Amino acid sequence: MADSGAAAPKPSSSVKLVLLGEAAVGKSSLVMRFVNNDFQENKEPTIGAAFLTQKCNLPTRTIKFEIWDTAGQERFASLAPMYYRNAQAALVVYDITKPSSLTKAQHWVAELHRQASPGIVIALVGNKADLAAEAAAGDELGDDATEDTDAAPGAEGEEDADADNADQRRVATKTAKAYAEEEGLLFFETSAKTGKNVAEVFTAIANAIPEASLKGPRGAAGGQSSLGRQEDARVNLGSVRPEGAKEGCAC
Amino acid sequence: MSREGTPPPLPPRPKNIALLDPRPPSSHGVTPTRPQLVSKPTTQLSFADSQTHSNDSKYESSSSSASRPHGLFGWNKPKASSDADAPSVRSVIPAAEGSVETESILGDVLGDHGHSLFQSLGNRFQNQESESLFLPDPDLEHAFEQEFNEIEDIDETGSNEETVLIKWRAKLKHFLILSSAGKPIYSRHGNDELITNYVGVIQTIISFYQSTEDSLKSFTAGDVRFVVMTKGPLNLVAISRLRESDSQLRAQLDALYMQILSTLTLPSLERLFAARANYDLRRPLQGTEVLLSALSDGFTRGSPSTMLGSLECLRLRKAHRHAIDNALLKTRSENLLYGLIVASGKLVSVVRPKKHSLHPGDLHLIFNMLFEAGSVKAGGGENWIPLCLPGFNNTGYLYMYVSFLNLDHPAEQIQERPRSSEGIGDEVAVVLISANKEGFFELRGMRDDLINQLQKNGSINHIRQAVKGGRFTCTDIVPGSPLRHFLYKSRGNVQFTMPSWDPYFNTLFDRRRLTCLYATLHAQVHAKPAALKIIHETTTTNISLGWSTPLFELYCVAPSTTSRAALSQAANKIVQWVRREEERLFIIGGAVF
Repeated sequence: MADSGAAAPKPSSSVKLVLLGEAAVGKSSLVMRFVNNDFQENKEPTIGAAFLTQKCNLPTRTIKFEIWDTAGQERFASLAPMYYRNAQAALVVYDITKPSSLTKAQHWVAELHRQASPGIVIALVGNKADLAAEAAAGDELGDDATEDTDAAPGAEGEEDADADNADQRRVATKTAKAYAEEEGLLFFETSAKTGKNVAEVFTAIANAIPEASLKGPRGAAGGQSSLGRQEDARVNLGSVRPEGAKEGCAC
Repeated sequence: MSREGTPPPLPPRPKNIALLDPRPPSSHGVTPTRPQLVSKPTTQLSFADSQTHSNDSKYESSSSSASRPHGLFGWNKPKASSDADAPSVRSVIPAAEGSVETESILGDVLGDHGHSLFQSLGNRFQNQESESLFLPDPDLEHAFEQEFNEIEDIDETGSNEETVLIKWRAKLKHFLILSSAGKPIYSRHGNDELITNYVGVIQTIISFYQSTEDSLKSFTAGDVRFVVMTKGPLNLVAISRLRESDSQLRAQLDALYMQILSTLTLPSLERLFAARANYDLRRPLQGTEVLLSALSDGFTRGSPSTMLGSLECLRLRKAHRHAIDNALLKTRSENLLYGLIVASGKLVSVVRPKKHSLHPGDLHLIFNMLFEAGSVKAGGGENWIPLCLPGFNNTGYLYMYVSFLNLDHPAEQIQERPRSSEGIGDEVAVVLISANKEGFFELRGMRDDLINQLQKNGSINHIRQAVKGGRFTCTDIVPGSPLRHFLYKSRGNVQFTMPSWDPYFNTLFDRRRLTCLYATLHAQVHAKPAALKIIHETTTTNISLGWSTPLFELYCVAPSTTSRAALSQAANKIVQWVRREEERLFIIGGAVF
């Protein structure tokens, strides 16, 4: 969960975040873990989109995430621009047991680069890490802080876990990470089921949002009057990606 | 009298008295007084004081001219909420002078074996207030318990194939949807591998008849009824052992079809198949299986709402409902089309434009999505859902804002996330529908204003009390009433009311048997071409009544120890009660702008 730091008045700002990805990769489960610290097995598919909010306390400021959790089914794809249009951050999720979902994620990343706000912070997230046999922890994780949660029992030399027959991983960490670096994305492997890395993803995104784009709280009246409000994501393109890459990927 | 009409096409009637499950008296027109039958289901029942209903008698004069049979199904699917009933009056309370004759028919019935049988058992039944209304039927009960269990897949070696097939065949009810090219689209039970053969067989049968330009509507095999409905490029099939009538099964298939339209819209459904006749529709429908299954299971459990084609409302004082209506009108945002407040599956209030009423079928789809399928409820947060409401307009999408409130903490006026799954009964949903795709924040603002208003004027409390209060029991309504349960449908309002299932119908199975009984009564008062206006059935364990007038339909049931007079009196008491409470039980008009 988001760290509940000092309650002292800190500058607070809203960040609009959208989750994209193939159906059944666990987008809603990630959000539910982040917002409610809860997990449901066999969750029913999202219909349309769900809107949730959650605060994330950083040392210097509070970020209020306004999260659009979209449905992954193809028939909803045409609605996606409505949700990512003014988003400052996007979580593009794939399922580490399903290679086709990474391909789909790559399509989403390309679409975001093409059509979303230029400064959007994108995190590539491989979910369902609990289904992979534990591999060398430090190697797999995007964030040092989570090494302890991942006390790997049988950390064999196998770096690419998909070589291991016992586990269900079909997308190598290396592959996805390399792609993320290439595209300048934050990268994490998470498990909504165990909670692994979930808070970290959101914290890293919060950190990666440039200060410049956070002027004033956007949470209240004005900014939310319409889904369709345009061009209010004031983002400095140049600073985002290098910073994001540095913080997100412990490479 | 209409009871001599052509018997509806129904499966053979089991002669076994143990199968006391109420059956439509399909063979009755032929042998109305067959002595060996224990129950004499179809009999007129007269009501001494039926003349006291001024509204009923007002229709009496028109009855003779309107008694020709006509399409009955329209009664269940009114296009507009209020005008559906007015012109086509066809049913009427029997006049008092008819009562002598009908009494004698009843006397005949009660004089026979069945009567003496339950007289001899009378002590037992009388002394046990909680005695079930139905004879035990362990086989059916067992089958019903298994009904909602998922069927496992056949494993790779096929070693469990036989057991899987047995389980699949044991299901009391199946729904299949296939394309006209024979591609499976949806099946409630069993995966593709399992159903492929059956789908092939059904497709062959259907297309055999289609090729002779004589489309197949329904058939019976053993004790199983098959109903086929062809809608454009789709064939929908209901397979039931629960002895529902064809028109009831057809209404269920219609709801499934509406769910598909709600996902895709009619033009896009047709476009997909126009391009390729063997298109695989499962792809665009991905993720809606849960909605179809939730509907199917509702039908299998026995849904009064679907059978009656109407909705249940939360009982509220008129002034309280009025305050809620006003809050809806006051906070109505510019692009709002429909606004609903729904509490535990019951409608609390509606705001709608003057020229559009809400189609009950559309509302049923929405309620199913919100309260039966878990997707929206469990997700938390607020939802923005594109959907087509086919009863309103089957060619385009509307956008639905949904927010669940937690009534237990009304102070938290903006519920960012409701409790995940439990406490469903207390959940209240605010549903705001707009044609504007980008209207989420507008409607969200309206929701905030609305909740503010509702809190300020105390409506939240009223809703909470009404929800907590639950439904009445029959004896709350009429002290000393022998009735165990009833359904009352107000035709004009397309709404129904009923007492609580408790204390007599606590299990799903008890409710299913009760709804089976209602279904047989319902089938009789809606039979084509000649429907009954009043049907009275007695069995060794229960005595029941179905009563249809232009204003209402009433179905009720009491233990078999109840006399006919007491039953009819109790039914009349219910009608009187509903009349008194009408504006509390039903939403009359709603908030209109």
